[in-house]
Amino acid sequence: MNVTSVDWLPSVFIGLMGLSFLIYAILDGYDLGVGVLLPLDKPQQRDTMIYSIGPFWDANETWLVMAIGLLLIAFPKAHSIIFQALYLPTALMLAGLILRGVSFDFRTKAPSTDKHKWDYAFKFGSLLATLTQGYMLGRYITSFEDSWLSIGFSALSAICVTAGYCFIGAAWLVMKTEGELQRRAANWAKITNVLMAVGIIAVCLTNLLIDQQIMDKWLGGMQVLILIPITLLLAFTFITVHLYLDKVPMENDLGCWFPFLAAIILFIMCFCGLAYSFYPYIVPFKMTIFEAASARESLWFIFVGAAVVLPMIIGYTIFSYKVFWGKTSKLNY
Amino acid sequence: MLDAAVIANDTSFMLSRIQFAANISFHILFPTINIALCWILLFFKVRYNQTQDESWLRVYRFWVRIFALTFAIGVVSGITMSFQFGTNWPGYMETVGNIAGPLLGYEVMTAFFLEASFLSIMLFGMDRVSNRVHTIATVLVSFGTTLSAFWILSLDSWMQTPAGFEMIDGVAHVTSWMEVIFNPSMPYRLMHMLLASGLTSAFLICGISAYRLIKGDNKKSVKQALNFSVTLAAILIPLQIFVGDLHGLNTFKHQPAKVAAMEGVWETATEVPLLLFALPDQEKRENSFEIKVPNMASIILTHDPKGEIKGLNEFIDKHPPVAPVFFSFRIMIGMGVLMLLFSWLATYQFVLKKQYPPWLLKAGIAMTFSGWLATLAGWYVTEIGRQPYLVTGILRTKDAVTTTPPADIALSLTLYLVIYGFLLIAYIRTLFVMANRAVILEESNASLTGKVLVSDASKPVTTNEGVTS
Repeated sequence: MNVTSVDWLPSVFIGLMGLSFLIYAILDGYDLGVGVLLPLDKPQQRDTMIYSIGPFWDANETWLVMAIGLLLIAFPKAHSIIFQALYLPTALMLAGLILRGVSFDFRTKAPSTDKHKWDYAFKFGSLLATLTQGYMLGRYITSFEDSWLSIGFSALSAICVTAGYCFIGAAWLVMKTEGELQRRAANWAKITNVLMAVGIIAVCLTNLLIDQQIMDKWLGGMQVLILIPITLLLAFTFITVHLYLDKVPMENDLGCWFPFLAAIILFIMCFCGLAYSFYPYIVPFKMTIFEAASARESLWFIFVGAAVVLPMIIGYTIFSYKVFWGKTSKLNY
Repeated sequence: MLDAAVIANDTSFMLSRIQFAANISFHILFPTINIALCWILLFFKVRYNQTQDESWLRVYRFWVRIFALTFAIGVVSGITMSFQFGTNWPGYMETVGNIAGPLLGYEVMTAFFLEASFLSIMLFGMDRVSNRVHTIATVLVSFGTTLSAFWILSLDSWMQTPAGFEMIDGVAHVTSWMEVIFNPSMPYRLMHMLLASGLTSAFLICGISAYRLIKGDNKKSVKQALNFSVTLAAILIPLQIFVGDLHGLNTFKHQPAKVAAMEGVWETATEVPLLLFALPDQEKRENSFEIKVPNMASIILTHDPKGEIKGLNEFIDKHPPVAPVFFSFRIMIGMGVLMLLFSWLATYQFVLKKQYPPWLLKAGIAMTFSGWLATLAGWYVTEIGRQPYLVTGILRTKDAVTTTPPADIALSLTLYLVIYGFLLIAYIRTLFVMANRAVILEESNASLTGKVLVSDASKPVTTNEGVTS
């Protein structure tokens, strides 16, 4: 096969897929985080928190279907290898996503005596989903190795990814709520901010130690210099967010969007770091995107559709956020 | 050792099949309601816009909440599907991924995002956007659900009657997208499914409305919904019988082994009788306890009393297990006949007698989920009827299965079964809880007369306590 002529399509698709995973992590990240943070003591705060994500969670979760769909469509061989290796955590994650997705609707429609049970199901389902996603990320980074070290790292990753989702969820609440709940959210954000920082450092170190290729990519030449601005930007973001959260709420709620923006920046940087480490592998060190790619005529057929449809999707996603802009109020049918 | 590996593989195969069947059977229940319910909601909304009759808005509001619940379960059970291919059926994408991938991709890109994004405006946006934008959002969600059905039925039909491709080194490559998308069975299956959705929604609305009426809910909106649903069912069921017949003829042409199983025909013959009942025995390759109508199968399938029908014995090792296909087909047809009887009788009652006798209302309640039963039975006919192939003539189901250890699959299967059983009970129970709650809601409830359709986001949100809490 003529390799040069097929070169760019797999790269475009890994880009699209990566973008979908990133958008998923940010968007479903905040609503999963809000689910995990659901307090057991204040039912009214639970209501407000769930109203704040009500109009969005469904579309947010669609990005997961999109990302997994692109993996399935563009790199079917990799999809098979990855999900057979992650069989049980995948099943658990799906169970979690199912539980939380339905709880959101059942809680207001089931008998009111059951409402708190559905709230707990929502919280537990969200937690199950974030832990398993973190665990799977850890397994992926350590190339699905069956060693205790790999499993231990994956467990750490489960906690840190959950912390990351909670951080962006708390930041979302700082932006979308007011009063006592907002102050509470600021507190949650401070704690999870620190946990997330620990997690990022742990992943970076492991990532470097795990494979000579990754070590060379980051430290093997002039590119080592790029680590300086990256580290500074990360540190700057973590510290300013922390200082800001101490002062929430500011007068006129000044900059209530700042922690959420900071969370997005952190998510993007983490994502880019991982992407740079593993490209062009889609199954770490076993299969590249070029080896896993579907036939060109099929990729081309989807590419044309994606080029037309993706801008529309982004357009009406923005429209939907504008309709539900501002501080959260009760959702009425 | 080899034997152990073979047994493990066979067990994985069995468990994976059960798991896929469980997942897709559970999932299909909810889109089957919603594909049509969404258009029906649009109808309620437009009727309200036209007449300004509050009771149409009341019907809309009651059913939009059920729509929301149904949609949520449909979405989350659908996510499971996108993982199943990789976790349990890796051979599927490896062989026909070049075709299945893009069709699934178009479903996600054109339908899922459209539905999910405008759903929130449809559900919660009534007092945030103008009435016009809200109606448009409802149209877009309806369009999205139907588009989703279009893509997935296109793929399913392609697996039944593949076209527009060539095999290169054991992998399917597309030669014509038009032929792939509009493959021979696709138009029939799509129409059959859309009508099935219409009937499922109609009987659901009919059943819940009849329940409310029996419970003493005499609001105008309940009768409006009931009259609407029985009329809809009475119109759709003859259409469905007609399209179903065309679909059967299409199957007879392209998948004769499936039809032979549906009809329980073992030996190729002319003047074939229609079996109303029989016990097919695959070991002995014959039926016992036959109750038959002479020549009728030949007439239905060939429109000639002497027409020839190919028997299962022509397709040894290439035909599906007979009993499940045979019985599922009869359940589907039986439900169809009941639907026809009920909907015409009910329409007759309400057009000429202007009221429903209580026994008829009770029959309506009994038939609340008849659409589910008929749809599931119909899907079992078509999907089990495709066996032993995953893609007719190209890929056998057992060649696509995972190497994941059986214990893992047993675990995930148990997990899914527990969750699905639990959710199914919760869903049905909640429908009736919502109906009971609506019964005690006062007709003059101020919440429904609030000017909720005024397009002014800055005004205080109209409360709707009676309905939401």
